[in-house]
Amino acid sequence: MAATEAVSGWLRRAADSDVWWSFKRSPLTVSAAIVSFLIVAAAFLSPILAPHTPFDPATLSLLDGLKPPVLVGEGGEWRFPLGTDEQGRDVLSSIMYGTRLSLLVGFASVVVAMVLGIGLGLVSGYVGGTLDAIIMRVADVQLTFPAILVALLIDGVVRGLISVQRHDEIAIYVIVGAIGLSFWVQYARTVRGSVLVEKNKEYVQAARVIGLAPVLIMLRHVLPNVMGPVLVIATINLGLAVITEATLSFLGVGLPSTQPSLGTLIRLGNEVLQSGEWWITVFPGVTLALLVLAVNLLGDWLRDALNPKLR
Amino acid sequence: MPDGGTLPLVRLSALKRHFDVSPPWLVRALEGKPRQIVQAVDGIDIEIAKGETFSLVGESGCGKSTVARLVVGLYPPTAGKIEFDGNDMSQSRGRAEMAALRRRMQMIFQDPFASLNPRWRVFDIVAEPIRAFGLAKDAADLEQRVGDLLRQVRLTPADGRKFPHEFSGGQRQRISIARALASQPEFLVCDEPTSALDVSVQAQILNLMMDLQRRFGLTYLFISHNLAVVFHISTRVGVMYLGRLVEVAPTDTLFRRPKHPYTRMLLDTIPDLDMTGRQRAPVAGEVPSPIDPPTGCAFHPRCPFANERCSRERPKPVESEGGTVACHAIEEGRLPVEERSYAVRG
Repeated sequence: MAATEAVSGWLRRAADSDVWWSFKRSPLTVSAAIVSFLIVAAAFLSPILAPHTPFDPATLSLLDGLKPPVLVGEGGEWRFPLGTDEQGRDVLSSIMYGTRLSLLVGFASVVVAMVLGIGLGLVSGYVGGTLDAIIMRVADVQLTFPAILVALLIDGVVRGLISVQRHDEIAIYVIVGAIGLSFWVQYARTVRGSVLVEKNKEYVQAARVIGLAPVLIMLRHVLPNVMGPVLVIATINLGLAVITEATLSFLGVGLPSTQPSLGTLIRLGNEVLQSGEWWITVFPGVTLALLVLAVNLLGDWLRDALNPKLR
Repeated sequence: MPDGGTLPLVRLSALKRHFDVSPPWLVRALEGKPRQIVQAVDGIDIEIAKGETFSLVGESGCGKSTVARLVVGLYPPTAGKIEFDGNDMSQSRGRAEMAALRRRMQMIFQDPFASLNPRWRVFDIVAEPIRAFGLAKDAADLEQRVGDLLRQVRLTPADGRKFPHEFSGGQRQRISIARALASQPEFLVCDEPTSALDVSVQAQILNLMMDLQRRFGLTYLFISHNLAVVFHISTRVGVMYLGRLVEVAPTDTLFRRPKHPYTRMLLDTIPDLDMTGRQRAPVAGEVPSPIDPPTGCAFHPRCPFANERCSRERPKPVESEGGTVACHAIEEGRLPVEERSYAVRG
């Protein structure tokens, strides 16, 4: 009873808020939200929605190989609306499963980067002094390398340490860790900046007068007040993380072809592009571009909507 | 002055707090500059008796807020001692013992828009000290206590469900007072609690504070630059200048017979409706930088009565009419006492 009341109250406040108002007023943002929602829904419901299970060898037939999309070219079949690759895998289903993996890696690496960045940023800003200097200099050094290079480096080191078979099994964790580690700096710097502002506010001092432990002050008082900019970065970084994963996979150091993400699909299709089978690489490419564009538009809107100076 | 028999609740002795505001060492090394130290509080002695309201006044930058923060432990002192009810606060002690002492002193802050966490509901803000010190037996007891506290500051328990931004400045300051009272303290440090408020609301807050003082036997250390407010609420007043106490006296004496030239100068800034026609010395000059305070008496560059001794020798506080004054001119009898009319109208 009380819970439903709370939820309805929350919804009423949300519907009444400036953020919702600015959302409704921007058709571009609404379309971006719809596109993102459709892609995410299709990806996560792929086991139910996808017409085929492209990675189950039992359902594949080489006779179905290299069929073009239905509406173009000869020999297209409605069973395979976007055509098939040379092993007879349905491109549409591959894309749905691939998008799911890409999104999973994207979300997971954003979470890794966020947790790491927020933690280090909080400590850096709140404790200050030498610890702050060390953390921030490490961040500065890392910023001088492009994120993709850092991710390549981490992935390369892990590959050197373990066998190929073992690597394929844990590839997804490695890639999440590599992308996460290459994106934490932005969170840490943003959080540190906000913490420096918040920690001198009187509500934090009031908590210190009570004698609350620094960890509790950071988590209960400071953190909730610095989450706004962090959420904006996280949204924009989701697109970046998906792109980074695709780039790594395209370069062949990302997810293995037994577990293809969008990037892997683009790479596999790229190998046969010269012989005229364009659909194998173009459709995953278009999906990736649409997804990242939509997510970035959402991030841009969120940044503006939460920035009081732009209202 | 606290009577000789009872121990003062709070005693500050030779309290100093310096801040290092030097540029980073690389810049210093390249430009050959020395360290820069702000002497925010430069050796003050105060005793505050149980149940009284001791006010600290002075211009901005004189170190009065730093004293407030030192007393509640937000800054560690550079030198000197803070005693609370006979306990030396700088001594390291166990968590439980420290918490027991902290519970007995709380602080009310200047800016009611910054002193309440904007993401917390009022109930949680007021309940925080109760939870932190484990004062409530159970959830019902906690709710009861917070409700009582909100009623004490003339809000309703239902206000606990709202967020701070739903309240006006005066109401927020009352929430702040409710939070300060939540741990049932004996001693409250109030850092300019009314200076961010409208005049009409100031009186309301001051009366509430005096009412609570009578009811709970609270002791206040009250920081303000507003002499009218200080006159209204204090039992004793200390006047600070550049990190030093220049005069301490009972409120009536200070306002009726101010001794230190700086106190006189401050009192001259209060507009008086009687239009006595008395010549006033306008406040001349600015407060010198506390990084490089003047030698001798810190006030001598602005003081009309200064002589060569004042620029050389730092005056010591001497007893005078139930208070202390640190001034060579008074000590030597060069400066006669002047009667003022301010207190009579009050």
